[in-house]
Amino acid sequence: MARNVLIFAEAKSGQIRNVALEALAVGRRLAADGQVVAVVAGSSRPDGVEALSEHGADRILCVEDAALEPYTSDAYTDGLYQVVQAVQPDAVIMGHTAIGRELAPRLAHRLEAGLVADCTDLAVDGERVVFTRPIYAGKAYERREVTGGIVCATIRPNNFAPLPADATRTVAPEPFPVQLSAPRVKVESVTSKQLSGVDLTEAKVVVSGGRGVKSAEGFEPLRELADVLGGAVGASRGACDAGYCDYALQIGQTGKVVTPEVYIACGISGAIQHLAGMSNSKCIVAVNTDPEAPIFQVADYGIVGDLFEVVPRLTEAFKRMRG
Amino acid sequence: MNILVFVKQTFDTEETVVVQGGRVSEDNVRFVLNPYDEYAVEQAVQVKEEFGGEVTVVAVGQERMEQALRTALAMGADKAALVEDDGSLDEYGVAKVLAAFARRGTYDLLFAGQATVDGASAQTGPRVAEELGVPVVAAILRFTLEGDRAVVERDMEGYSERLSVPLPALFTAQQGLNEPRYPTLPNVMKAKKKPLERLTLEDLGLARERLLGRTATVECFVAPKTRQRRMLQGSPEAQAQALADELRRFVLPD
Ligand SMILES: Cc1cc2nc3c(=O)[nH]c(=O)nc-3n(C[C@H](O)[C@H](O)[C@H](O)COP(=O)(O)OP(=O)(O)OC[C@H]3O[C@@H](n4cnc5c(N)ncnc54)[C@H](O)[C@@H]3O)c2cc1C
Ligand SMILES: Nc1ncnc2c1ncn2[C@@H]1O[C@H](COP(=O)(O)O)[C@@H](O)[C@H]1O
Repeated sequence: MARNVLIFAEAKSGQIRNVALEALAVGRRLAADGQVVAVVAGSSRPDGVEALSEHGADRILCVEDAALEPYTSDAYTDGLYQVVQAVQPDAVIMGHTAIGRELAPRLAHRLEAGLVADCTDLAVDGERVVFTRPIYAGKAYERREVTGGIVCATIRPNNFAPLPADATRTVAPEPFPVQLSAPRVKVESVTSKQLSGVDLTEAKVVVSGGRGVKSAEGFEPLRELADVLGGAVGASRGACDAGYCDYALQIGQTGKVVTPEVYIACGISGAIQHLAGMSNSKCIVAVNTDPEAPIFQVADYGIVGDLFEVVPRLTEAFKRMRG
Repeated sequence: MNILVFVKQTFDTEETVVVQGGRVSEDNVRFVLNPYDEYAVEQAVQVKEEFGGEVTVVAVGQERMEQALRTALAMGADKAALVEDDGSLDEYGVAKVLAAFARRGTYDLLFAGQATVDGASAQTGPRVAEELGVPVVAAILRFTLEGDRAVVERDMEGYSERLSVPLPALFTAQQGLNEPRYPTLPNVMKAKKKPLERLTLEDLGLARERLLGRTATVECFVAPKTRQRRMLQGSPEAQAQALADELRRFVLPD
């Protein structure tokens, strides 16, 4: 069954996010012979819009308006709603990100539609669309079907592979004017956190530190390892509570959920609440002085040892490998 | 300040999840107030303590939800309401019910949890706000009142922002917003005497069939990930080298 699918291609710091390309791949599967329309929004056009056509968009709509920078859910809901009214899609897909978690439910509700949030897989069988999503902090999964109205879904970053780039696909972005009322919510200030350049939820490699890291300085070797691997640094709540790092780094039930290719847990015991945020990682590595630490039960590779001895050597080994 | 908090009961995180016949079994499970809702209740109670007013907590669902409402009352909420249903409505339906309840009163502030730890869809708060036509800020980490506006902060994955929001407005609570108080025994006893109203969907003027038909759970399943659990041996140098070799395929593709 052909469907027309609208993708909200989220941008961050003026750059289209990777999760937008993942959403496009989901969109293509839903669309079959239908059209996949990507919409980008901001005060100006973000970088990376060409990537949207190379990765599967049939049309690209650019909503440019001063009120769209910085993001507010008021302005974005209004803008996207107007796009939906014009495009009349059968499905709307976006990332399960800080923005997507606020925007998607508002938009779905305005459309009187259901929303399947935080999806990690999808099965399309003719009319039927069934998403898979982790529940109970990743201890189980739910297959949820859309039974009426527009198919709305948010996808968990790093779980759907973007389609291979096809440089022969070139779609000219079309301006899409919208009428926005002044947002009620006023953004007073935006403070960028000097985290590493790689977004934690989208990182292919995450190097995480726990209470075993022992101080803020103790995160330095972890950061060096993450840099060599082009990854991001994360943390347990233990490390955040102890003040070794910012809560923005926390991974777990009450922190961020990550699905990297490789998760390296250093000085983390492996409490169930921590596992909730990382247990779906493709490969898990644990470095811990305590051979009985529960984290080893869920690890693919375990190293019993002092992280301060192991991690710098790991950094060196990867540097050698990289040449 | 008239404050409304949406609360739900969820599995205790330590519970093992058992699936029987495609559904998560609730047999012998210990339930708790959803951890994020603790932050929401705590914030509401703190605002009341500083500025005066009343805190109402409401849940939609099965009889057992009363326990979560009582916990919220023991934390300092003044009154509770349970809109009885079998727990099978999806987020669209639940949001419609909660909004209908909210319309019965006049609230300056509405709080919800950022997400529930069972369903974890993080939808309900923004949906209720949309239904009510009030501004919403999701996943707040700091809350203060400045005159007739709320000033809140949140993390946006790489940057944080400070927002000023006219009331009435709805906020969803993220971990770190505050330190939820532990209900003391005397307060637990007091909570038993606080008013708890029971309502049906009809009491709210809602027809159940109009709340259905958006999404439906086909089945639940558990898929334990099999892990290699390979322990690397030798000196730290040897362990590091062995690990780097094992991870080569992830780090150097092709
Ligand atoms: C409602 C609720 C929600 C929660 N949410 C989260 C959450 O989202 N995320 C989260 O992480 N936690 C969460 N927690 C907390 C969780 O239960 C644990 O307390 C926390 O994860 C422990 O952090 P940790 O592993 O860093 O510390 P610890 O448990 O203290 O473990 C430290 C580990 O470091 C090892 N170690 C010490 N020195 C070294 C060294 N030199 N080299 C190598 N290893 C060393 C030790 O052997 C130990 O295993 C939550 C708890 C509750 C109740
Ligand atoms: N059945 C319910 N009754 C009352 N509040 C609810 C209910 N379901 C969700 N909520 C509120 O909405 C928040 C987010 O839930 P969810 O959208 O299911 O992740 C919860 O933390 C509660 O504050």
